[in-house]
Amino acid sequence: MGSPFDINGGACVAMVGKDCVAIACDLRLGMQALTISNNFPKIFNFAPSTYLGLTGLATDVNTVSDLFRYKVNMYRLREERHISPQTLANLVSSSLYEKRFGPFFVSPVLAGINQTTGKPFICGFDSIGCIDFAKDFIVSGTASDQLFGTCEGLWEPDLGAEDLFETISQALLSAVDRDALSGWGAQVYIIEKDKVTQRLLKGRQD
Amino acid sequence: MDHQARETVGYSFSESTASGVKQHGFYPYTDNGGSTLGITGSDFAILAGDTRSTSGYNINSRMVPKVFKIGGDDETGEGANIVLSVVGFAADGTALKERLDTVVRMYKYQHGKPMTVSACAQRLSTILYQKRFFPYYVHAILAGLDEEGKGALYSYDPVGSYEREQCRAAGAAASLIMPFLDNQVNFKNQYIPGSGEGHALAAKKAEPLPLETVKGLVRDAFTSAVERHIEVGDNLQMVIITKDGIQEVYHPLKKD
Amino acid sequence: MPGFDFSNYNRNAALHARGVPLPKATSTGTTIVGCIYDNGVVNCEKLHYIAPKIWCAGAGTAADTEFTTALISSNVELHSLSTGRDPRVITCMTMLKQHLFRYQGHIGAYLVVAGVDPTGVGLYTVHAHGSTDKLPYVTMGSGSLAAMSVFESMWQPDLNKEGAIALCAEAIKAGIFNDLGSGSNVDVCVIEKDKPTQLLRNYEKPNERGQKERNYRFPRGTTAWLNQKVISKEDMKKYVTIETLSGDDNLAAGEKMEVDV
Repeated sequence: MGSPFDINGGACVAMVGKDCVAIACDLRLGMQALTISNNFPKIFNFAPSTYLGLTGLATDVNTVSDLFRYKVNMYRLREERHISPQTLANLVSSSLYEKRFGPFFVSPVLAGINQTTGKPFICGFDSIGCIDFAKDFIVSGTASDQLFGTCEGLWEPDLGAEDLFETISQALLSAVDRDALSGWGAQVYIIEKDKVTQRLLKGRQD
Repeated sequence: MDHQARETVGYSFSESTASGVKQHGFYPYTDNGGSTLGITGSDFAILAGDTRSTSGYNINSRMVPKVFKIGGDDETGEGANIVLSVVGFAADGTALKERLDTVVRMYKYQHGKPMTVSACAQRLSTILYQKRFFPYYVHAILAGLDEEGKGALYSYDPVGSYEREQCRAAGAAASLIMPFLDNQVNFKNQYIPGSGEGHALAAKKAEPLPLETVKGLVRDAFTSAVERHIEVGDNLQMVIITKDGIQEVYHPLKKD
Repeated sequence: MPGFDFSNYNRNAALHARGVPLPKATSTGTTIVGCIYDNGVVNCEKLHYIAPKIWCAGAGTAADTEFTTALISSNVELHSLSTGRDPRVITCMTMLKQHLFRYQGHIGAYLVVAGVDPTGVGLYTVHAHGSTDKLPYVTMGSGSLAAMSVFESMWQPDLNKEGAIALCAEAIKAGIFNDLGSGSNVDVCVIEKDKPTQLLRNYEKPNERGQKERNYRFPRGTTAWLNQKVISKEDMKKYVTIETLSGDDNLAAGEKMEVDV
């Protein structure tokens, strides 16, 4: 049997722009080569401008997103404020490391804008909570190799919201077309200081 | 200690192999890393590869070219009009290049004319398939100009299945480079802005790119691959085939 | 440590028994080194804070080095508060080795601990199984052999500060260039007696990515999309009260949390 990370397939990518960030995912859910659904979004919202993408084993994608919904709701009740991307990053990290010897098979990607500072923030994690702070982009999922190639080739610093949308969309679509386990539609979130735009992309359905 | 008992104890000291039966492994292949890439235009073809040779976490050499002139008049490759790139197991790559080079030169001596690229492509497939059950462990790309003077590129799997293509990446960083090429050479997923709404939007048509554009794409593809793949680096070897002959250039890449 | 949660352990062990491979944790392909000199100590690459004058370089499983050093840093601080003394390097090293030994190598942290304390200069290596070494110059990680070759050929017993920094940087560079696992930049931390600790992040950057040949900005409207949903602040104001707080430019970078303001 293959790795638990490769059973259901899926891809996720986050990018930094000028005063904005973007996060995008594919919509496929499969069992090995068989596609089960083409409507399985992998990005979840945790605060007005903070989004978490989860790729890996689908059962763990659901469990972990529910777990963080619970934890973030408890945080909001205790603190009477929204969680910042930086705080969520540390919450994700310690929650995953708690399960160091029985991990969830997920590779999270976090993107958001800190509402206090107005600064964009992205980071990625391995399945046991090691944080990868990146200034450019974060990729995860079965198409991560392909995404590394497209993002490294297409990304440039200080892209505005509209240009960042084009770059992240082209990087994701071209990457998932070269991965048999990802694709079947894609979703993009462009996050600006006080506006979030969610778009459904037209991509190959094969 | 039998297997069941060891299972319940959960730990054990290393057992002596007193059984007397020794198993010997035979590992005829190694992976020497590296990556190659070929793109064609209307009147040229480019084959490129990095020059790093690796084994595991070690660097064997920073200067082992992967692209070779085939069927030249002497050892420098002068007079050749076909190039071959090989990536994978370097020893098999060298052996394959020597085989094909000999075949193409013999053809010229026997027929008094150079071999066409399409004939050479078919011959290479045969050479690879002859070793169907002990293959040359390489991903080969063959390039030249066809009978009409257009750029020709053929890519192969290790046992000789081949196809003529516009562009192809092979080797360690193929999975990184190939989707980038789909997008920038064949304009996959790109549409013409304002040509329609939603499903009616017109796709951007792929057409042969000019030489300078392709040179730039090849260099950017490699500098990007070097950033994210540890087995790619040191130098970029670029071989350009036009009607005027074969030009070979080297560019430095990062050495970490 | 409050303790690990093993609730997924049986599930994953059952999966593993059926032939599913264990998840790959990010291992830091790394070269880490340390070197003492007359009045202090230098260590290089992948640095973690333990105490103001004790720093740790980590190799091995990235998450393990991060959390193990954070835990020990916390305990060292509490220990120093309860004893009213500056923390000692040997104390830190002992706490690390006892923690790692308890986990029998399953916590894959390989560390170089360096610092100055009232007893003098300290430089140790700690392996994942709990064994330790005390040496004048040390290396660890996948590039340790390349780095050690530099120390073994160039190290001298009477190094000064500049010499020690240069030697450590040279050792790291040997790792960067000759070990595929290691790459990019050199970070240096100089810890001296009676002087504040200097952390020189990106002390050397021998591997900058060059300018790209071509421009890859797409014309707007290149990507086809089928529908969109816009969530604006104006929309949100219908349902909740929004107040904008004053911004602090120094925050936001990486590890800082909002509660740190």
